Amino acid sequence: MSNKMSHHRSNIEQVRHSLKKRHRQEKRFILLGKLSVLTGFLFLAFLLTDIGIKAWPAFQQHWIQLDVTFDAQILDVEAPADEAALKKGNYRGVLKKSLYAMFPDVSARRDKKALFKLISSGAEYQVRDILLADPRKLGTTQQIWVLADDDVERFLKEPALRESQQSDRRIKDNQVAWLDQLSGQGRIESQWNWAFLTSGDSREPEQAGIAGALRGTMLTILVTLAMSFPLGLAAAVYLEEFAPQNRWTDLIEINVNNLAAVPSIVFGLLGLAVFISFFGVPRSAPLVGGMVLTLMTLPTIIIASRASLKSVPPSIRDAALALGASKVQTVFQHVVPLAMPGILTGTIIGMAQALGETAPLLMIGMVAFIVDIPQGITDSATVLPVQIYLWADSPERAFMAKTSAAIIVLLLFLVTMNLLAVVLRKRFERKW
Amino acid sequence: MNSTTLLVTLIGLAILAYLYGRKRSLAVAVASGGVRHLHSLPRYYGYMTALWCGLPAMIVLLLWSMLEPAVLNQQLIASLPVDVQNLPESQLGLYLNDLKLIAGSAEQAQQADQVKIDATVYLQHMQELSAWFKTALVLVLALAGIIWGASRISQHFQARNSVEMVTRIILMLSSGIAVMATIGIVLSVLFEALRFFEAVPVWDFLFGLEWSPQTAMRSDQVGSSGAFGAVPLFLGTMMIAAIAMLIAVPLGLMTAIYLSQFATPQFRNFAKPVLEILAGIPTVVYGFFAALTVAPLIRTMGESLGLAVASESALAAGIVIGVMIIPFISSLSDDVINAVPEAMREGSYALGATRAETVRKVIIPAALPGIVGGVLLAVSRAIGETMIVVMAAGLAAKMTANPLDAVTTVTVQIVTLLTGDQEFDSPKTLAAFALGLMLFVTTLILNVIALYVVRKYREQYE
Repeated sequence: MSNKMSHHRSNIEQVRHSLKKRHRQEKRFILLGKLSVLTGFLFLAFLLTDIGIKAWPAFQQHWIQLDVTFDAQILDVEAPADEAALKKGNYRGVLKKSLYAMFPDVSARRDKKALFKLISSGAEYQVRDILLADPRKLGTTQQIWVLADDDVERFLKEPALRESQQSDRRIKDNQVAWLDQLSGQGRIESQWNWAFLTSGDSREPEQAGIAGALRGTMLTILVTLAMSFPLGLAAAVYLEEFAPQNRWTDLIEINVNNLAAVPSIVFGLLGLAVFISFFGVPRSAPLVGGMVLTLMTLPTIIIASRASLKSVPPSIRDAALALGASKVQTVFQHVVPLAMPGILTGTIIGMAQALGETAPLLMIGMVAFIVDIPQGITDSATVLPVQIYLWADSPERAFMAKTSAAIIVLLLFLVTMNLLAVVLRKRFERKW
Repeated sequence: MNSTTLLVTLIGLAILAYLYGRKRSLAVAVASGGVRHLHSLPRYYGYMTALWCGLPAMIVLLLWSMLEPAVLNQQLIASLPVDVQNLPESQLGLYLNDLKLIAGSAEQAQQADQVKIDATVYLQHMQELSAWFKTALVLVLALAGIIWGASRISQHFQARNSVEMVTRIILMLSSGIAVMATIGIVLSVLFEALRFFEAVPVWDFLFGLEWSPQTAMRSDQVGSSGAFGAVPLFLGTMMIAAIAMLIAVPLGLMTAIYLSQFATPQFRNFAKPVLEILAGIPTVVYGFFAALTVAPLIRTMGESLGLAVASESALAAGIVIGVMIIPFISSLSDDVINAVPEAMREGSYALGATRAETVRKVIIPAALPGIVGGVLLAVSRAIGETMIVVMAAGLAAKMTANPLDAVTTVTVQIVTLLTGDQEFDSPKTLAAFALGLMLFVTTLILNVIALYVVRKYREQYE
């Protein structure tokens, strides 16, 4: 008996002895868990702040005020009514003249060139458009704000550059002196960069905007929505409500699940080989982009819609059938409307996926450099994520800010769509 | 009329047909003593008329639009002089492209020779003719449909049954689209890959150690004939996927365990959606971040330790893919951990195990098959990930085991081969499809195994 007691005590002793160690292990384990969650948080915070900081400069833009004289002689325009001549005029010359007039002591050829480099190469079109809008300004002198060049832009935004060696920066000391003189006269101003949202792509960072990409995205998503929503809904309704349990149905289900996991780039290969080469759909167009994205988003919509249809209780169907509705009437007049919030939520999430997709669109040629804003679904276009990819690739530093800014716009769209999905689910989805 | 206007017209006609059919049925109803003497509700007669008007015309329009380019091309080639017809396929394609350019702009037309101008005129004539026939056929079909549909309206006609039958058929066809897509992928990728394997033996592709897909454009050009050994790509892909998994599996699994077993419900409700954001961020954003922030960071860190780090290291791309996959692994693991029966957990507590011990020795072993399935799905994601590696991993196909070196992956090469100038028949372009086939088959196998494992596991506890 006593032997047994002592043995028992030693067991308890043992457990008690090891308890400390085990509790330490428990604490370590929980700590590891906390660290994992924290790592995820930190990474997300790092990513968003990093992009936010990089994007900030792109939302502000510097303008330089010039006294531009629309000299008919330099422009080579005889009458203000001659629109063709107005369009062809030598606006670069006009700009040069006004700049040189402001800095009379700049005479060397090289210096003059450096001086003209302060303003954006797009300034001549800006000035042209002003005259075209009101040809009566021919011969007058106007105070016009023109865009600063992207190197100037960067110099003005990064104070550290001023302290650095001349050889380390693209703005030289004499240019710095001119800039200081201009800003002393109040001729340099920083403005909110609305042009970023309203102008198309450009090789010059200071003029590049996302309007074209936004329109392309809108058209592509519309095509995707118009095709994937009805198809996905119909497929889900069939599988959930009508399909007999047989091999064909099984095959469809396996395929839907597999399609959801096929790498997106493979859909791009399909688009290239089937839609473009075989059916002759125009390349680079929102139409073919939307078709590819439809195949990609279909599984998402089908799976979400089926889940939503499944959650409608059988009593609803039974009640409708008992009142003499046909099967089709039951499904379309009772079950589908009740499942609609869930179906729409799934569709929005699918559209958000499509909105962020890049890789398959590279395959079907939506990577072209396109300045014009696309007008229809068969025009060449690009989309926002591809625009981000293109800008991220370009060597000019100024495009980094543009890229980040475009990312912010893309993320805003995604956040809006996801919030919409959440609201829809919270407000309308029924719990049975 | 072009196809878009025609489509809009057709929809308009269908709406009119609906209204007309409904009105007709109401008239019939009045004649036979009220709506309740009709077999179906009046709107079903409307639907039926609209279907008769729209459906056949729509099918014809679709077929015509799909077949028109091919048929026109054939007609055009047949109209060309014999010496042009006998050109090799690639040059003939260029010739036809020329014609389309001439048709599109007056500037081009001024420089073209007479044969080409004649051909262009012929092409335009044929296009006009085709458009005219298409419009006529579609409109006639639509109108005939209305007349036929309306003529069938009678008191005992079972309009609802026929409309519902069409509805069911449409639903069934829609559900087949998933199968069609899979078949489309398999056929397109397989077909082009087979053409590639005609030029490059399968063996060389699968086991060759050198990858340099630069082929000579002309036969007389000096230069490499290209090497299509894909082993360096496979190794690079595996290395990046392995790095990603090293990050994602422990972090994702621990996150899932912590959130499901230890965290307070409030914290869980906050943390889960926040981490889900990581999964919702577009991959191109991750790519930008990997290339411009993470890679330089790793480079600076490595250099301060005296290591040589490539500016496009495998490590940077792998880490970022890993982080992207964390929510994927954690939500899948969360599902399987929650599926472990409560009784097992409580049994473990009753024996005096701590919570951590329960997780480690009871829950994880019980959930292991499900977790493995989830990890396999995650691997297939990492392998198929494109944008991050395109932007942050290199192009050089190197065989290296050093994660600080630049490597390239299957997806990077597909993108590189297919963007930029391309001719559709060169092995260089076709190689992309062979790589795509490998990618598709690999991910398919991984998915099938994963889904099978997960399903088996679920059944075990249900």
